Amino acid sequence: MKYIDEYRDSALAQHIAAAIRNAASPARIYRFMEFCGGHTHAIARYGLPDLLPDNVHMIHGPGCPVCVLPIGRIDMAIELALRHHAIVCTYADTLRVPASDGRSLLRARAQGGDVRMVYSVADALKIARNNPGEAVVFFAIGFETTTPPTAVAIRQARAEGLKNFSVLCCHVLTPSAIINILESPEVRVLGTVPLDGFIGPAHVSTVIGSRPYDFFAEEYRKPVVIAGFEPLDVMQAILMLVRQVNEGRAEVENEFTRAVTSGGNEKAQKLVSEVFELRRSFEWRGLGEVPYSALKIRSHYDEFDAERRFDLEYKPVPDNKACECGAILRGVKKPTDCKIFGTVCTPENPMGSCMVSSEGACAAHYSYGRHKHAEVPA
Amino acid sequence: MSGQVKAGYARALDIKRGRVDLSHGGGGRAMVQLVRELFARHLGNTWLEQGNDGTVLPPISGRLVLTTDSHVVAPLFFPGGDIGSLAVHGTVNDLAVMGARPLWLTAGFILEEGFPLGDLDRIAASMARACAAAGVLLVAGDTKVVEHGKGDGVFITTTGVGEAHPHCTLSGSAARPGDVVLLSGTLGDHGMAIMSQRENLGFDTPIESDSAALHGLTARLMACAGADIRLMRDPTRGGLAATMNEIADQSGVGVLLDEAAIPLRPEVAAACELLGLDPLNVANEGKLVLVCAEQAATALLATMRAHPLGRAAARIGGITTDANHFVQMRTQLGGCRMVDWLSGEQLPRIC
Repeated sequence: MKYIDEYRDSALAQHIAAAIRNAASPARIYRFMEFCGGHTHAIARYGLPDLLPDNVHMIHGPGCPVCVLPIGRIDMAIELALRHHAIVCTYADTLRVPASDGRSLLRARAQGGDVRMVYSVADALKIARNNPGEAVVFFAIGFETTTPPTAVAIRQARAEGLKNFSVLCCHVLTPSAIINILESPEVRVLGTVPLDGFIGPAHVSTVIGSRPYDFFAEEYRKPVVIAGFEPLDVMQAILMLVRQVNEGRAEVENEFTRAVTSGGNEKAQKLVSEVFELRRSFEWRGLGEVPYSALKIRSHYDEFDAERRFDLEYKPVPDNKACECGAILRGVKKPTDCKIFGTVCTPENPMGSCMVSSEGACAAHYSYGRHKHAEVPA
Repeated sequence: MSGQVKAGYARALDIKRGRVDLSHGGGGRAMVQLVRELFARHLGNTWLEQGNDGTVLPPISGRLVLTTDSHVVAPLFFPGGDIGSLAVHGTVNDLAVMGARPLWLTAGFILEEGFPLGDLDRIAASMARACAAAGVLLVAGDTKVVEHGKGDGVFITTTGVGEAHPHCTLSGSAARPGDVVLLSGTLGDHGMAIMSQRENLGFDTPIESDSAALHGLTARLMACAGADIRLMRDPTRGGLAATMNEIADQSGVGVLLDEAAIPLRPEVAAACELLGLDPLNVANEGKLVLVCAEQAATALLATMRAHPLGRAAARIGGITTDANHFVQMRTQLGGCRMVDWLSGEQLPRIC
């Protein structure tokens, strides 16, 4: 594949790996967080840890849209399908996220709820057009990358006079989550998560640009390298982070210049601010209530807001006690630190959200990396 | 002049405009007519025409191999095949990978009320062509009709009878550390051909299903080095990943694949990339995975490549010692990762 294979070249990967080995000082340990689930997946899928020296550690961040959805939000979608008999359209991974009382959208579907998997919000619009007598709700999840398409769909629905379409908006914001991690006691006070830098998001940054990260670099003295999702992008970003740490720099660098500019996609940003506004607070799985970390639909577009239309109320539900998703999403624990990882909690029967999406730290480790920690059976 | 009844007259089935109705499954004249004018017209042979509740078949000298497979693919017609050819190939291949010579098939049809007879006619014709090409005969069949909305056009279950190769000991539990894994061609063609036709995806692609009968290829391989072949599999649902995990579990071994050696069409790779799918999990309907002793690997690979269905064959890995029975893969980047079973359902209704 042109424009893809170039970023998966084996010889180049070995070359960058050698450069990282040369640059990394044996006297110290480097700990970098890849914020995005897309990076987590690339690291696991291409076996990148095997190419890194032992003292360069990657810590998985919370940037997996499915993983950070709290149980209460999934419950709302299930309620829409089962109690309000709406056609609920959502991305595939969301179907399997465990909700309260052992429920999930997939199980709601087996109980007779009309839950449909879509690849894009445009498909949800199409379903609404084809089923004028039914309420159709798009369960909108994701970071800044998936927000502009939802904004377009809401505007389109208004323009078409599509009365049966609405959106359960759960869009969240990357910078607030990074600040939350940097402000967390584990990072700031206790030092249990010594973070030396971040690999910044790829697709999110195409929308918001590189400027929003300047603040972390300055305020928290952490280097950030924005990187694409291909394995060579990740390797190159790690090399750039190692060099920044060695030189005592804390800057925002952009490895992904082929797609990310400083200001981002201003047209998309305008569209988003026309349709959405900040929520005062939003509960994230793992991070808890994070102020100004999510979006809601502006009152101007009220009729497309499923929360208002169906009078839904958000009820927080605590995670399963044994599940360590919260600590894993903050980088405090590794999947293997969780007692139920790979035993009670597997991709077939996930207890926590990190085991659901292929971008989740637990699912990525279970599917691609568990051979490294497996005990030999007696 | 009225009241004259023409003896034995029945209006011919309107295949062009007609539709399946409940009477076609009711056991009356309409059902007999459907069988005679549609199914038997394409698939008829002396065995099927016995017309009894069961077909009496001649004795065979070797051991019998029996297999059954249900087909629920959507859409029913796809680039490179349809549910009819798929239902024949699927069962013929299950016999072929057991090292057996396919002989006879039976077919059970669940038809949905309202299904166009023209489409059913195309499906029966396609089955007949696939049977003829595979050298098998359809010797018994059954038709049921379900109410509108209770099925999805047509579901077909085929059962196959084959004759085992005289010295065949192929088994999923026969792989040993040091053995070699061969693959007969590119991965994921069937699954992605189906995906490209789904209404909510509809992307333009030249990808065609690889649906094909493998018994010719397997017979040549058995003739080449049958004693050194440990097992053969056709990696259908769940793709190569599921097949290799089954082998690792059954044989109590590990597997190490080499990502760079796995053949993949660029258009399949691109479509998988776009949809976030792993080609190792995508279904195939005309591919063969073969595990053999190292000493026979070169000859078997050459035999595969000499056959039209194995031109892109490759040596893709080997069997290892691993108490956890993990399937691992050297990635094209030089790292190593696991190749796990698929979780959940990646692509429903694929075959």
